Amino acid sequence: MGRFHHLKWPLVALGLLLLYNLIFKPSFFVVEMTADGYLYGSLIDILNHSSKVVILATGMTLVIATGGVDISVGSVMAIAGAAAASVIVMPRDVFAFAGGGANAMAFALAVLLALALATCCGVWNGFLTAGCGIQPMVATLVLMVAGRGIAQLITDGTIITFDDPYLNFIGNGHFLTLPFTTWIAATLFITVVLLTRKTALGLFVESVGNNEKASRYAGIEARGVKWLVYAVSGFCAGVAGLMVSSNIKCADANHAGLYLELDAILATVIGGTSMAGGRFYLSGSLVGAVLIQTVATMMYANDVNPAIVAVPKAVIVIVVCLLQSETFRSKLSLAFSRKAKGGVA
Amino acid sequence: MKKPHIPVRFVPIGATIFVFLLAYAIGIANFRNFGSLRVFLNLLHDNAYLGVAAIGAMVVILSGGIDLSVGSVIAFTGMLIAKMIDCGVNACWAILLAIVLGALFGMLQGVLISTFELPPFLVTLGGMFFARGCSYIVNEEAMGILNNPVFNFIENKLEIPIGSRGLTLEFIDILYLVLLIIAIVFTQRTHAGRCIYAVGENEQAATLMGIPVRRTKIMVYTIAGFCSAVAGIVFTIYLKSGNPLSCVGLEMDAIAATVIGGTLLTGGVGYMIGSFFGVLVLGLIQVLIMFQGNINSWWTRIIVGALVLVFIFMQNLITKISKKSRA
Repeated sequence: MGRFHHLKWPLVALGLLLLYNLIFKPSFFVVEMTADGYLYGSLIDILNHSSKVVILATGMTLVIATGGVDISVGSVMAIAGAAAASVIVMPRDVFAFAGGGANAMAFALAVLLALALATCCGVWNGFLTAGCGIQPMVATLVLMVAGRGIAQLITDGTIITFDDPYLNFIGNGHFLTLPFTTWIAATLFITVVLLTRKTALGLFVESVGNNEKASRYAGIEARGVKWLVYAVSGFCAGVAGLMVSSNIKCADANHAGLYLELDAILATVIGGTSMAGGRFYLSGSLVGAVLIQTVATMMYANDVNPAIVAVPKAVIVIVVCLLQSETFRSKLSLAFSRKAKGGVA
Repeated sequence: MKKPHIPVRFVPIGATIFVFLLAYAIGIANFRNFGSLRVFLNLLHDNAYLGVAAIGAMVVILSGGIDLSVGSVIAFTGMLIAKMIDCGVNACWAILLAIVLGALFGMLQGVLISTFELPPFLVTLGGMFFARGCSYIVNEEAMGILNNPVFNFIENKLEIPIGSRGLTLEFIDILYLVLLIIAIVFTQRTHAGRCIYAVGENEQAATLMGIPVRRTKIMVYTIAGFCSAVAGIVFTIYLKSGNPLSCVGLEMDAIAATVIGGTLLTGGVGYMIGSFFGVLVLGLIQVLIMFQGNINSWWTRIIVGALVLVFIFMQNLITKISKKSRA
C-alpha cells in the first residue's frame, strides 16, 4: 500500500457498506438516465450531496494540518448564503449599469460578494489565531457563535427565498450528465491538491503543523501560512454555503450549514489526518466525506428517519477513529497475543 | 501607602462580575422595575438548566477537555422521561434511570478519551450525534407530560416562598444552587477536585506527580454526563415536555458561559462561581434585549460572540503577563 496506507480503513468501511448494499439492496447501484440527459440514482445522490462536505473538508484538512481547527465553517456558510440571496433579490434596476446583462451582473455580484465575505471571515479567523496567538478552537468559536447573528443581520431576520436561473443552477443544475455540485467540488479539490502537492505550499503547511517555531527558524513565513489556510477554509465554506442556499433556493440564517463543521472535521479525521497536525491526506478527506454521505444515503434508501442517521454515523466515526488510534491497536494486539498461547503479536 | 495587590488570577473572575453588575446597572438605569426581585428570580429560573449544564462543561474544560454532547444529552433525557411516563412508569424511576444513563454515557466517553487517547473534541462530537439520534429513536415528535403526580408535586410543593408578593424559589432553582455549591466545594476543597486542576494545567507534570490522570479524566466526563442529565431533568420540569430538537447548540452556550465566567479554555485556570456569573450574564443580555423591545433577538448572538472575544483577549494578555512575571 505504501503511500496510500492511510486510506485502508476508510476504504474498507466504504467497501463493507457497498457490499452490504450489493447483497441486500442491489437497486442501490442502479443508475438511470433521465429524458433531460442526466444521470440519477443512489450513487449519483451520494456524489451530489457529499460535494459540500468534500469542499468543507478540503479547507478543513489544511487547517487541521497546521494543528488548528475551524469550527466556524457552518456559520460562514450561513453568512455566504445570506449575502448571495440578499444581492440576488435586489430589484433589477440596481444593476441597470450592466445594460442587458443585469441578471448576469446580479448573479456575478452575488457570488463574488458571498465568496469575498466568506474569505474575509477566514482572514478574521487567521487574524485571531496567527495574529493574536489565540488557540484555534477558541478563536473560531467566536465566529461560530456570532456568525449566525451576522447572517441574520444580513437577511434582516427573515428567510430570503429567491428564484434566479443562474443561482439555482449552482445547487440544482447538471453539467455533462453529472450534478454541477460534483464538478465544483472536483475542481476545487483538484486545484487544492495540485497547489499543495506540486508546489512547496503543502510542505510549508505540514512543517508549520509539525513545529511552528522550527519552521520559522527554517525561513518559512509560519504566520502567513496560517493566515492562508484559514482564508482557504473560509473560501471553501463560502462555496459550500452558496451551494446549499442555491439548492434549497433560500437563505436560512439559522439552519444553513448547521453541524456541517462537524461533518467536515469527521471526514478529515476519518481520512487519516491527525488532529495534532503535521501531516495531511486530502485524498483521505475525500473518501471520508463520501463515506459519511454513503451512510446517510443508505439509511434514506432503507426508509430510516433522517434524524436517526446520526446514530450509525456516530458509531462508524468512533470505530474508524479507534481503528486508527495507535493506542487502541497496540492494546488490541496485546490482548490477542496474551490469549494466543505463546503467540507473538 | 502600600498599593493594594490583587493576584492576577482574580482578574478574569473580577471582570466577569464587573460585566454582570454593569449589565444590571444598565437595565436598572433604563427600565422601571428591572431591579425587582421578580426579574432576578425569573433570570435564575429561565437559565437554571443552562447553569447546570455549564457546571459540567466547566469541570471538563478545567481538565483541559471539552464536551460537545451536552445539548443532545439534555434532549435525550427529556424524551426518555416523557416516553417512560407515557408508558406508565413512575416518574421517579424515569428520572433516576435518566441520571444513571447520563452518567454512564459520560463515563463511556471518558474511557474512550483517556484509555484510547482519542481527542475529546471528536469523541464528544460522536456522542452528540449519538444522543441526538437516540432521542429521535425514543420518539420522533415532542411529547408533553400532563397531570403527572410527581411533576405536580415538584411544581406545587417543593418551593421556598420569598418576600411577601408570592414570589417563590422553585425546585429547579434550588437544585441548581445546591449543585453549584457542591461543585464549588468539590473543585476547591477536595483532593479529586484539585486533581482536575492539575491535569488541566499540565498533564505530563500531573502524571509525574503521581496523580491518577486516567481516573481523573474518566471522572470528569462522568460528572459532565451526570450534569447534562440533570440539566435535562431541569429542562423537562421547566417545560413539562420532551422534544428531540430541544437545546440544539446549547453546548456552545455552556462553553461561552464558561469563557465569560473567566475560565481558560486550555484548562487548569478558573473558578466554579465564575460559571454562575457567566450564565447570568448570558441571561441578562437576553433580558435586556427583551426589555428594550425593539432590538432584534439576533443581536444576542453577536453580543455573546463579542463578549467571548473580549474575555479571550483579556485572558491571553493575563497569561502573557503572568508568564513574564514568572520568568
